[in-house]
Amino acid sequence: MIWPVDLIIMVLVMICGIGAIMVRDLLGAAILFGAYSFMMCLLWAIMGAVDVAFTEASVGAGVSAVFFVAAVFRTSRRTKD
Amino acid sequence: MRKLALITVLLMGGLLFYGTPDFPSWGDPQSPASLHVSPYYIEHSVEDTAVPNIVTAILADYRGYDTMFETAVIFSAGIACLFLLRVYRHKSARTRLYRHNLTGVTLRIAKGGKLPEGSAEFERIDSHWVPYDMIIRVTSRLTVPFVQLFALYVIAHGHHSPGGGFQGGVIFGAAIILYAISNDLRGAFRRLSEKAALLASAAGVLIYVGTGLLCLLLGGSFLDYSKLAGILHVDAIMARSHGILIVEIGVGLAVMAVMVSLYYNLSSAGRHDEGL
Repeated sequence: MIWPVDLIIMVLVMICGIGAIMVRDLLGAAILFGAYSFMMCLLWAIMGAVDVAFTEASVGAGVSAVFFVAAVFRTSRRTKD
Repeated sequence: MRKLALITVLLMGGLLFYGTPDFPSWGDPQSPASLHVSPYYIEHSVEDTAVPNIVTAILADYRGYDTMFETAVIFSAGIACLFLLRVYRHKSARTRLYRHNLTGVTLRIAKGGKLPEGSAEFERIDSHWVPYDMIIRVTSRLTVPFVQLFALYVIAHGHHSPGGGFQGGVIFGAAIILYAISNDLRGAFRRLSEKAALLASAAGVLIYVGTGLLCLLLGGSFLDYSKLAGILHVDAIMARSHGILIVEIGVGLAVMAVMVSLYYNLSSAGRHDEGL
């Protein structure tokens, strides 16, 4: 484990996670959530859990981001709160 | 109310941070899990199941129940999405748009007009603006087969490398979703219809449960693949390896079909008419 890389990814995970709930634009939130998933995938890979990283990359960053975009496309892009 | 929620969240987060130092540190060989649980699987999984990837052996063999119900959860998620979103309505009454492929002219056909259905020169397009982009279509057409091949590799090679039914199934589903996004939803329906996707998702779960039941019928306990040795004509250890492969194929089929079915319902708001 290289600690600067680890630290950068940890900070990015937090930024993406907080950004995904703070941002008003739901499409942006979906994209931030995908970025969050990808950063988590990198963290799993760094910690040696390659199978979990693979699942996170395919499910979290791949397909669920598409589902969020599809749901935003069919509902509304603005959140009320 | 918002303040109350914020206080609750901060309190919970603080408690979690407070509890974290009590965990054994990362990769600690003296932690209880590393002393009592992991060594058994690290030492015995290859001689028990002939599967080099310990994660696959644990997921599909030692803890087969867990994975079986995970597959059932994914299946029920697909069914729940279908029940919530699917709208059964014959022939939408809205106006339809057709593009003349040779000239690029778009025709708007009002309700009750004659539709050029089945004509090779006209192509139905979605009611919001979709440019005809050759680069996207050709690129995705070239990419999709390789993505599908990679998905099959991930499923089949899960014994030796990271991967398995879940990941492979999701990648295969993503290939079909990529086709549906780059072309249109109706083209994807021609390749994999809604009915086929639902049947495949149920068939995947049935393959898993059926393998378990077969072991039960052959005199073992549920999901004890070593009892399949008589049918597969291999010894009991290889039978466990092959049993894992059969189960992974079931998982992959179910996950692939559920992902595609979820996309169909979400992107068309259940109408299965015009997609993303």
